[in-house]
Amino acid sequence: MSSNTQNSRPWIIRSLFIGMAVILIGRLLSLQVMDDKYKIMADDQAIVRKVIYPARGVILDRKGRSLLINHVTYDLAFIPNKVKELDTTLFCEVMNTTKEDIEKAFKKAIVRNGYQRQSVYESDLPQDKNARLQENLYLFPGFELIERSTRTYPLKIGAHIFGYLNEVSPRMLEKERYQSYRQGDYVGITGLENVYEEILRGQRGVHFMVRDVLNRPRDAYKNGSLDTPAIAGKSLELYLDADLQALGEKLMNGKIGSAIAIDPQTGGILAMVSGPSYDPNLLSGANFGKNFGQLSRDYTRPLFNRAIQAQYPPGSTFKPITALIALDVGVITPSFGMGCGGGYYACGRRIGCTHSGGGHAANLRVAMANSCNSYFCHLFRLTVDAKKWVGGVHEGVQRWHDYLYSFGLGHALGVDITGEYKGSIPDSSYFNRIYNRHWNSCNMVVVGMGQGEIDMTPLQLANSMCLIANRGYYYVPHFVKSIGGNANDSLLTPYLEKNEVTHIPESSFMAVIDGMEDVVTHGTGRVAQLPGVQVCGKTGTVENYAGIFGQRVKLDNHSVFVCFAPKDDPKIAIAVVVQNSGYGATWAGPIASLMMEQYLTDTIKRQPLFDRMVNSNTIKKYIKTLDSIQREKDNLRDLLRTADKRTQDSIKKVRDTMLAKQILKDYYQFK
Amino acid sequence: MSTIPRKSISSRLDWPIILLYLALVCIGISAVYSVEYISFHEPFFDMSKSHMKQITWLGISLFIGLIILLTDSKFFSSVAYLSYLLGIVLLLATFVLGSEVKGSHSFIKFGSFSLQPGELCKIFTALALSRFLSSTETNFNTLKDRLIAATIVLVPCLIIIKQNETGLALVYFSFFLAMYREGLPNGIIIAGFSVVSLVLGTLLIQRVPLFIIITLILALAIWLTRAQWKRQKLTLVILVVGYGLAVAFSQIVVPYVFKHVFQPYQVERIYSMLGQDVPDEYVRPGTVAKKDADYNVRQSKIAIGSGGLVGKGFMNGTQTKYSYVPEQNTDFVFCGIGEQFGFVGGAVLIVLYLSLLMRIVIIAERQRSVFSRVYAYCVASILFFHFAINLSMTMGLAPVIGITLPMLSYGGTSLLSFSIFLFILLRLDADRHMLIR
Repeated sequence: MSSNTQNSRPWIIRSLFIGMAVILIGRLLSLQVMDDKYKIMADDQAIVRKVIYPARGVILDRKGRSLLINHVTYDLAFIPNKVKELDTTLFCEVMNTTKEDIEKAFKKAIVRNGYQRQSVYESDLPQDKNARLQENLYLFPGFELIERSTRTYPLKIGAHIFGYLNEVSPRMLEKERYQSYRQGDYVGITGLENVYEEILRGQRGVHFMVRDVLNRPRDAYKNGSLDTPAIAGKSLELYLDADLQALGEKLMNGKIGSAIAIDPQTGGILAMVSGPSYDPNLLSGANFGKNFGQLSRDYTRPLFNRAIQAQYPPGSTFKPITALIALDVGVITPSFGMGCGGGYYACGRRIGCTHSGGGHAANLRVAMANSCNSYFCHLFRLTVDAKKWVGGVHEGVQRWHDYLYSFGLGHALGVDITGEYKGSIPDSSYFNRIYNRHWNSCNMVVVGMGQGEIDMTPLQLANSMCLIANRGYYYVPHFVKSIGGNANDSLLTPYLEKNEVTHIPESSFMAVIDGMEDVVTHGTGRVAQLPGVQVCGKTGTVENYAGIFGQRVKLDNHSVFVCFAPKDDPKIAIAVVVQNSGYGATWAGPIASLMMEQYLTDTIKRQPLFDRMVNSNTIKKYIKTLDSIQREKDNLRDLLRTADKRTQDSIKKVRDTMLAKQILKDYYQFK
Repeated sequence: MSTIPRKSISSRLDWPIILLYLALVCIGISAVYSVEYISFHEPFFDMSKSHMKQITWLGISLFIGLIILLTDSKFFSSVAYLSYLLGIVLLLATFVLGSEVKGSHSFIKFGSFSLQPGELCKIFTALALSRFLSSTETNFNTLKDRLIAATIVLVPCLIIIKQNETGLALVYFSFFLAMYREGLPNGIIIAGFSVVSLVLGTLLIQRVPLFIIITLILALAIWLTRAQWKRQKLTLVILVVGYGLAVAFSQIVVPYVFKHVFQPYQVERIYSMLGQDVPDEYVRPGTVAKKDADYNVRQSKIAIGSGGLVGKGFMNGTQTKYSYVPEQNTDFVFCGIGEQFGFVGGAVLIVLYLSLLMRIVIIAERQRSVFSRVYAYCVASILFFHFAINLSMTMGLAPVIGITLPMLSYGGTSLLSFSIFLFILLRLDADRHMLIR
């Protein structure tokens, strides 16, 4: 028996107890107080950040008609490294897919977004799949249903105007503008959707939820005190006239080219058609990828918005501008006339003129009505060779260029959709480069009649009509009249500014406008006559060439027509280009005229003309050949330009694919 | 028998123990409640809820405790051997009557309540050991009596190992702490402790760190015993030979046997007895290793670690409330406390436990009879073992071997057995001036 005296063992046992308690408290301290990582891990697995997508703003036409409808759709998204022990059999059953497809989707997601970021497994889920997923989602940890609103376009018009939405790309995310976006967010890529993205998208809300171990959201985190509500996007009210746009798209069916109608008094675009067009619904929703591929491979290039991206020499439709500049420089008066015997020979070669009768260029008005080539070539030379230019023809051409620049040519006008091209207007330094400083007004004399070194987009063509219709000023063409009912939104201020471009007296304008009226009443553009409306117009037939295997081949002429009406109180200005189809009065003229009739009278009375236009196809067979040659060229150029980068990319891709395979094997036991 | 008029039993009770006991049980019930709580709309008095079951068990425990307090203190020593026999019979009976719960055959079901004889047998073993050590015929300095004492402890222990409840079986080793108090030589304690730690270490610690630990221990031992082996070279030889055996066992024998002699299922069974996953090196190619234990500890550490200094507040724990921690009502009940009340709450709980243990040691040392003292040390040792291993386990310091946190963990048998333990102690302490044999 041990005695109670001097026994050290109770004390040893006591110290053992105290020692253990100290160790445990120390451990507790290190876990809870010294180390933050467990807090982060806890929030990471228990707190879900649910983004609430607001309804995207709608787009209305000038009469308040809705041009598109928002639908709520669901995307199934997943974060690869949060997917644990996926019940593939059940998943296949719910999603109606196969194990191979799952594996493929995983690989693709990991290669594309890495395995810690969210990727979309399937977008725009059909109703039945969505219903099944809503029920069973908790069985698939790592997967999430994302609510999103997508667009449908009941009228199937305006694809080029609205543009399309797609997932934000990694490259876009690097830009400052898209800083607040996350992988998988949808964003306007082109058109109004892109330019007014900030207006349309509204403000995303974020709800923080606590989820349980089965991945089911349970409660608001901290009673929702950190949540922000979603604010719906504002609407855009356009100048666009849905009927006119629909008509334009119908008329441009089977044609390559474009038609633009602008209200000259505001610069508001009433219709903008690029032919051939496509149904905007194709690029909204689940089949985006497939349809986009198809459209971009089509030889007629429907994705190309010719209204602002194609550039043509304006042809005879440029003659009013030539006349205006000549008048403003002071080298002619409206009564200036000259004799033309069917050609212009002053530059040592013949520039043909369709008329040879005496007096067809007796004054500006007559010359305009008859579209006398000699007259306008001469006007150009008079302008650039004017005595008042101290620097001679060099200064003359530069001044002429500056005029055109102020007319909105040679630079992007600033329309409120993406991708506008600037056209090209040569200046004296351009000719210096081409002709090694030795040149005179004869070298580029044909620009006076809109041929040669001058390129304009159809939008610029239409804008030049506005300028003439307004007798000297224009507003930058634009679509949006008001944002959420507010016409004075700061985004719209550039479009409220009047661009006064010349100090030409109205009498000079009247000479040009009278000439254009004559074009319609008894000149080349008689097809554009409308009973009871004074229509002013100008036809154009543009010679054009293609370089095929080093040879310059002449193609069918572009048919161009510009017009505005009514003469004294212009309400609409139109420019129409139909590529490789023939005379201006044959194709472009009728299309412009029918659009004008629709807008001004709200009906189409010339049914046979309408039928002929709608049912005809002017797309030439060689377009396909030209397109494939162009694509070959582009490919080759791209290949050469990006050779290095592609080598790197392919190495990266191989590495990523192997990494993804390894992860799948280790992590999910996929075989 | 003394004829001095005795004070009432209630005035002779050690109230600090009762208060500490009630405090711990209440903390346990609120932890269980807070973890299962969903909304105010749910009735508190819902018998299907864990906290109500636990309250019921508290009632039963207090009732049995009252009966114990009204029993004569000599009763416990007189039935000690008998109860021990009953305990062994019950343990053996589980092989026949037992129903399987989570892979172990250690439960006997009575209607909706299930009883784990292994838990109750701890009490019986404690009584039997106390009775044996306090017996006048026992001389604890003889090898024979030491072996008998060890046998009393190890018989139930072995039966429980057979039932696949290794955690519970390991608890029985804590009785050696009580024996140590009664004079078990340091050498035996050290040797026994070394063997047990070597076996567990080999299974639980990776090979290279284990080698380093063993070597460090050797160095420490050589340094501590330098005075001894300078006089007697045999000590040095024993140390080196022991070291050699330990290294051979942990580094060569076990890995070889596990890889080449045992079937994979045998290896798996050995590890699963400890509640461990089979280490990668013993996993045969082509089979998939389970990683359950790892997951438990990780989630437990996350829950506790996310509590911070003062915790997330009562019923605001995200990890425990949404069931991230497996077994969060039973073995991992400390997670709920750590997450909701933070470091402050956890430290207070540890201090409460320490106070209880220290109080029991004080009680033990004031007993007149050896029986009561040994019994008190048995109680302290068992509580200490549970407390130390359970908390270490939840905080990732010890392997998950599935033993409960006394008074706090949800579970009727556990609460009942610890209550009986404490109430018998209280009853014996009330008669501390009497000689009980």
